Amino acid sequence: MSETLLEVRDLTRTFDMSKPWLNRVLERDGKRFLRAVDHVSFTIRKGETFALVGESGSGKSTIAKMVVGLLPSSSGEILFDGAPIGTGAGSSMRAMRSRFQMIFQSPFASLNPRWKVRDIVAEPIIAFDMVQNRQAQAARVAELLELVGLTASDGSKYPHEFSGGQRQRIAIARALSSNPEFIVCDEPTSALDVSVQAQILNLMRDLQDELGLTYLFISHDLSVVRHMANRIGVLYLGALVENAQARGLFEDPQHPYTQMLLDAVPDVDMTNREREEVIGEIPNPISPPDGCVFHPRCVKAFDRCRVEAPVMVATQYGEAKCFAAENVRKAGT
Amino acid sequence: MSDHPLLSVKNLTVQFPSRGAMLTAVDNVSFDLARGEVLGLVGESGAGKSMTGAAIIGLIEPPGRITGGSISLEGKRIDNLSSADMRQIRGRRIGMVFQDPLTSLNPLFTIAEQLVETIRVHLPVSAKEARERAIGLLNEVGIPAASQRIDDYPHQFSGGMRQRVVIALALAAEPELVIADEPTTALDVSVQAQIIDVLKKLCAERNASVILITHDMGVIAETADRVAVMYAGRLAEIGPVRSVIKDALHPYTKGLMGSIPSLTSTDDRLVQIPGSMPRLNNIPEGCAFNPRCNQVFARCTKERPELMHYGNRNVSCWLYDEATTEAPA
Repeated sequence: MSETLLEVRDLTRTFDMSKPWLNRVLERDGKRFLRAVDHVSFTIRKGETFALVGESGSGKSTIAKMVVGLLPSSSGEILFDGAPIGTGAGSSMRAMRSRFQMIFQSPFASLNPRWKVRDIVAEPIIAFDMVQNRQAQAARVAELLELVGLTASDGSKYPHEFSGGQRQRIAIARALSSNPEFIVCDEPTSALDVSVQAQILNLMRDLQDELGLTYLFISHDLSVVRHMANRIGVLYLGALVENAQARGLFEDPQHPYTQMLLDAVPDVDMTNREREEVIGEIPNPISPPDGCVFHPRCVKAFDRCRVEAPVMVATQYGEAKCFAAENVRKAGT
Repeated sequence: MSDHPLLSVKNLTVQFPSRGAMLTAVDNVSFDLARGEVLGLVGESGAGKSMTGAAIIGLIEPPGRITGGSISLEGKRIDNLSSADMRQIRGRRIGMVFQDPLTSLNPLFTIAEQLVETIRVHLPVSAKEARERAIGLLNEVGIPAASQRIDDYPHQFSGGMRQRVVIALALAAEPELVIADEPTTALDVSVQAQIIDVLKKLCAERNASVILITHDMGVIAETADRVAVMYAGRLAEIGPVRSVIKDALHPYTKGLMGSIPSLTSTDDRLVQIPGSMPRLNNIPEGCAFNPRCNQVFARCTKERPELMHYGNRNVSCWLYDEATTEAPA
């Protein structure tokens, strides 16, 4: 087993959703908190792709932001190569920052429209003092643009001259410019058309092989995740409900929510596989249900699920937070 | 009943003037739609699929306009009607479901007000009857406690519930045709599955035809009877959904199908189509797909292929030209 690059321990983030002070006093209302990320723990090994999947509001983007230090955590730890990631300044943090980068969802919002592409790509190089002179900088930018399938002459253009897929290539070139080991990809293809998505996913896999990159891949699309990830964490209402090896998760999902997500994916292969109907909707995260948060929508829920919150138990391919999965394991052993 | 198809689109062309030139957003598109049939209209951004839908319901924003062809509903042309006449058809005979339920519902009126108004504009019923009908509709689209929730405002509903309300609105006047433009794109995958089920079930019960416009082949596979694939404003291929998905003819459809990551396949690489769809001011001569096609030959760069019959479908690709003279495979 290769070594751990990123370790996330008990990561939690709450947001204060309270009304203003005066309203609280007049309406005799207490403070209200939304727990966007709820005691999430996972590790990512060097060279692998770990994916977080979940629907809107499951906390996947909040985790991504905390991992790269764009958002402070409420509690818990994030260790990158053994050292904690903070949001503070300082030279050690600066040195660490060059080792991880992020690719955002919309290449229309993440590139400065008034900068030329070569300046966008060069910004991390300059920020981290990685080249000595302008010739070296230009050469590095040209090399990066070619690496992502653009040409060196594209550097003198502005972002608006490119299509969505090409812009995402520019965003990838910028992410690669500081020679990072670890890239957090937050829905990198969900703003793109499917044929363009295929180009970007193939490119990301090629770059991973070539440069030995480690990815944290955030997506709502299970088939994309199936294609990209070695291991997958499934999020529901801010908490990890299952964390397993990719193939095992798809062949034999242990948590009923994972099963529901898989059943909801349209059957583009027209295999007529058996599927259960989806029940209900995600509850309001400000007042989540007692016990297991998934129990109101769960086909396997029994009395214990309504009062007691399950903890992670080991399963064949990883771990799952479900009493039903726990029982299966006990019956099996 | 007449022997006309419910909807017949012939050589439809929609153009926009731009800097002295005319840009063609929909280019010579023809298809028929039978009663009760679900036709999927699929393509990537800029393929002209939404514009085709907008042309059918007469909602093309000026300066764009229909510059050629015809659209007939039960044999009667509807593309040249006055806006007053078109209003009699829109909502009454053709219902619409748009992508974002927040923009198709008025935030200042309750669901009841919006549904009752729609019903009473199109059907001769009293306010009380209309309200009962509205509650019935909300029950059918799966809104729990419909008789209480009907007096709520749109913002009090979740995204999935709002889209159910929009479907209820579209079906309020018992239309013969529903045009659904990316009805599930703004929704989570588990909600999407529910909305597709509702749309499919209710339209089947009413024998309403559906034109389902989407970029998502998965949604098409689940819902449609036939599928039309659009590329650069033109129809690339049209045929029964199973044939098109399992055994695509047009090289673009083949590439598109291969580029979809699947839950079952274990291939390492996705098929990728090089380049991207041309902009409207820069559509190549001959076949619009020729610069990206891996089976391109001389004729493709000079002559434009029109839809030709091949086997159980129509395809616009020169690869299938000679083949049409032989027995269909």
